[in-house]
Amino acid sequence: MSDLLYDETETELRGAVREFLDDRAPWQAVLEWTELDEPHDTSLWNGLTGMDVAALAIPEKLGGAGASWRETAVVLEELGRSVAPVPFLTSSVLATAALLAADDHAYLRDLATGTLTAALAIPFTTAPGVVFRNTVTNDGDRLSGTVTSVAHGLSADLLLVPTVEGLFAVGGGDVDRTAVISLDRTRPLADLSFDRAPARRVAVGDLPLDHALSVGAGLLASEQLGIAERCLDMTIAYVKTRYQFGRPVGSYQALKHRLADLWASVGQARAVARHAADCLATDDPDVPVAVAVAQAHCSAVALKAAEECVQLHGGIGFTWEHPAHLLLKRAKSASLALGSPSSHRSVLAELVELPL
Amino acid sequence: MDVEAAARQFVEEHRGLPDAEFLRARFDAGLAWVHFPAGLGGLDLERGAQSAVDRAFAGTPSNRPDRIGIGLGMAAPTILAAGTAEQRERWLRALWTGEEVWCQLFSEPGAGSDLANVATRAVRDGDGWIVNGQKVWTSMAHEARWGLLVARTDPDAPKHRGMTYFALDMHAPGVEVRPLRQLTGEAEFNEVFLSDVRLPDGDRLGEVGDGWRVATTTLMNERVAIGGRSAGREDGLIGIVAGTWRERPELRTPALQDALLRLWVEAEAARLTGRRLRQQMAVGAPGPEGSAVKLAFARLSQELSGLEVELLGEEGLRYDDWTMRRPSSVEMTGRSPGYRYLRAKGNSIEGGTSEILRNIIAERVLGLPGEIRVDKDVPWKDLPK
Repeated sequence: MSDLLYDETETELRGAVREFLDDRAPWQAVLEWTELDEPHDTSLWNGLTGMDVAALAIPEKLGGAGASWRETAVVLEELGRSVAPVPFLTSSVLATAALLAADDHAYLRDLATGTLTAALAIPFTTAPGVVFRNTVTNDGDRLSGTVTSVAHGLSADLLLVPTVEGLFAVGGGDVDRTAVISLDRTRPLADLSFDRAPARRVAVGDLPLDHALSVGAGLLASEQLGIAERCLDMTIAYVKTRYQFGRPVGSYQALKHRLADLWASVGQARAVARHAADCLATDDPDVPVAVAVAQAHCSAVALKAAEECVQLHGGIGFTWEHPAHLLLKRAKSASLALGSPSSHRSVLAELVELPL
Repeated sequence: MDVEAAARQFVEEHRGLPDAEFLRARFDAGLAWVHFPAGLGGLDLERGAQSAVDRAFAGTPSNRPDRIGIGLGMAAPTILAAGTAEQRERWLRALWTGEEVWCQLFSEPGAGSDLANVATRAVRDGDGWIVNGQKVWTSMAHEARWGLLVARTDPDAPKHRGMTYFALDMHAPGVEVRPLRQLTGEAEFNEVFLSDVRLPDGDRLGEVGDGWRVATTTLMNERVAIGGRSAGREDGLIGIVAGTWRERPELRTPALQDALLRLWVEAEAARLTGRRLRQQMAVGAPGPEGSAVKLAFARLSQELSGLEVELLGEEGLRYDDWTMRRPSSVEMTGRSPGYRYLRAKGNSIEGGTSEILRNIIAERVLGLPGEIRVDKDVPWKDLPK
């Protein structure tokens, strides 16, 4: 039975990551950074990976820290809280999971230290459990085609590209990349074009892609939990100090009841996200259902939390000079990422035998 | 000898006794509720030791916990916390064996969410009290021997300070129990009319004027009692609706499918939340999440039962039975979808309305400012009624 609590190591890890992000990625810094038009915050990334967090899910013999997706999920909660503009989900989760499933060890050591970043060359909306439509073909070890809306695709040193014949690795310099003006500027997208790009085959078949999507979607739920928690905390703090009609606005039941409901939803999201992370860490047969439930549920909770955060802050929440919009944009794009709630419900319909 | 072995030995040695005798002997051996004090059905052990004891007693005479839920869940903790040695001795044994059923006389027509507004009066009369008033929403009153009564003893004091807590003999002259028929057609509950009921002072629980504090003990235990069990996937209403979906392809539409899947996800989220809560309790760190369990349960049961009626189409227009029955426990699965839909409406009202629960979460968990109170320091008799 899944363990839904946080153990001592996970709690310590959370503390260290939060302290680092509070110091290095306060929301003002994140906002400033989004206007620099840089693909990711290199100095923040170097500091973060210096804490070995990118190595967590990689076995020690492959140069990793030999922990699991459970600890990785805790890091994602904190990254969600801070909306940090780093390629952790894309490089340390999606690409790393693909390479682990491919049993290809060429890049894992550098991914673990963060000196190399990789991205899976798929549209960020790609969902697990749904037939993937390849848009890139390979002629031997030359790739041609295009992939749109690749998260952190502009900055990745290495691209992992699925074709009908398997998974290929392409150096960033061999891809034509166009930056996309993204809804969530903290996780910018890029359109990729391959024109007989030289590639190295890392796997035959779909398994690495399927595994990566499953891990990515399951752990994205933890990032969404972090977003939801931050929105809730921020809003509670605000309604206690904002006075209108001579009373803190948080003393009105219209607001209290909405926040009580939101708090209850966040508590549920925690159980659901921990279940998915634990199932992924232990290779539980429940993984497909756990992932679909986690995405269908946590996407909606994070989005609701961000939308309530904007509304309950009133005018200030609608301004550029307040962090609510960073969280809203992250929550909305994360709800589409790796499958929308409705696509996960469709997958679930088959998994739990509730067909149309 | 460990407690499980002791329980097994007890079962061996008492096999074949009549049910009531077996249960009394089990109580006297301290194997009833092992976390209770020795001499009162327990052995002063950890609460966690009970499950091994219950395993050992599987298949032996049962005290029918479904029938004596109020006794076990509310009366017993209250008697233990506020009762005198004599009262504990007098009441706990027959309570646990099920020989004496208990009910709760708290709510009144004018005191629902605002329980501290009770108007039932208890007036001193020599070495006892005379009680007059009306109570409502009393489950099991028609079968109960004892009632947990909160009555006003000092109308001049502010509302929370003028109440006293008693155990009321339901067989005393002047106690009249009438069924309260609810919108499902049946009568799970009762109205209890108290007319010049004489109550000995020895049946008072706690000090005079201390009724609110004692009642809080009872209510805290009520909330713990609701929604604590471990559930499997699709346990409960979701399983019924999902079963209908699988067996009846002709009922399916895309819109109903999405509605069902949304609720399936919610039911699973609620189940995992319950699992996490139990894991927290097992390591001795219960979080405040428990207060959200009833809120989620009420919403889910209402939405699921509503969807079930809609899914069934024409059948959803039919009902199983409007006869006034007197059930001793709520049976959601044994009745028709229409019954489930109607009964679920009570889930967000009984045991604290969802609105009151949201206030409690907002104020006690989130630390938001309390409601502005106009009734706190005013004598109860001067409050607008």
